[in-house]
Amino acid sequence: MGNVSSGRGGSSVHVIESGDVGFATTRVDALLNWAKKYSLFQYPYVTACCAMEFMAMASPRFDMARFGAEAPRFSPRQADLLWVVGTISQRQAPALKRIYEQMADPKWVLAFGTCASCGGFYDNYTTLAGIDKVIPCDVYVPGCPPRPEAVIDGLLLLQDKIARGDRTPGIVKPRTDPLVPDGSALIQIGKKPELDGGGEA
Amino acid sequence: MSKKVLDLLKEKFGAAIVETHAQFGDDTAVIAPESWRAAALFLRDDNRLAMNMFTDLCGVDFHRQRAEGQPRFEVVCHLRSLQHAHRIRIKSRVGDEEGEVVEIDSLVPVWRGADWFERETFDLMGITFKGHPDLRRILMYPEFKGHPLRKDYPANKTQPLIPYREGTQDKLFPFREDEGMSFGRQTFDHRNDRGES
Repeated sequence: MGNVSSGRGGSSVHVIESGDVGFATTRVDALLNWAKKYSLFQYPYVTACCAMEFMAMASPRFDMARFGAEAPRFSPRQADLLWVVGTISQRQAPALKRIYEQMADPKWVLAFGTCASCGGFYDNYTTLAGIDKVIPCDVYVPGCPPRPEAVIDGLLLLQDKIARGDRTPGIVKPRTDPLVPDGSALIQIGKKPELDGGGEA
Repeated sequence: MSKKVLDLLKEKFGAAIVETHAQFGDDTAVIAPESWRAAALFLRDDNRLAMNMFTDLCGVDFHRQRAEGQPRFEVVCHLRSLQHAHRIRIKSRVGDEEGEVVEIDSLVPVWRGADWFERETFDLMGITFKGHPDLRRILMYPEFKGHPLRKDYPANKTQPLIPYREGTQDKLFPFREDEGMSFGRQTFDHRNDRGES
């Protein structure tokens, strides 16, 4: 028999060692979603300065490979996840839509940065005010550019949505909500360090 | 030193130099549009001037800011001489208030580098350069109507190439109505309504 992983006993989790035989039960869709969420082949549609942050995020330091999303595919036919990184101009919108339509189902779209999410400060005659005007978008990562942590948070959010079979758009929340002046509405991306002493709230 | 450039221009073209000024080393001459290319050739070929470096060319729209009957647009060109290390800004005023016919001679026969600058000015300002070898849009798409940097182009008018998805005219979930840059919306009409002089 394998070892009981929890030292406290009473756990049903067994670690299967070599030579052991085991089994697991699940639902087919849950198994498929599990497989999908850890094998996201990405198509980077990179147009602007967010590309620099995308390169940083894709580098070994932040190690996207942990999430099974490290393989870029420069053909939309082979990709599951479309990263739209940077500003999309009106002139480019047909190309973006065509790329999206060329991807095989199941497919997801992640808007990387403020410009891809809503046009950002390019509120003018030449810029598409958010890629969701032409293609459906699953996850928005705000930021100009977003921190790699925020992007990884977006990736995890997408994986979570895939596992749940949820196609409603999700947004990576900023670390602090600018609408709350005292910063008490802190949304935890990484765990904020606990401050001892406990300043007044 | 560089005052000489303006003196030479005035000496050569006389009344075709509408006005000049020199301040902090910036020499500017406003040239009548009829003499635009002749002045450019003179600036390039005269040994005392030898403006062999074309630096920049752009347009300015003075919509509703000029006196009645005055030209609406200004074409601005920056030149530099590498031999003499001096520079000059030449301008010319063209166009009527409607902006239908805005024409000036092209400088491409004088400096090849003016090619894309004039295409950009044509694209965004709608100034036609007579004698340009290939005057078509360079930044906007061919389907684009109008010239977006003109002051009478509506500030929030976009011309999408493909139809937007249904229900996306407003903000989509998860964005809220108050998000975005609504404060950036300033139109020319709004400014004019305040009755500024």
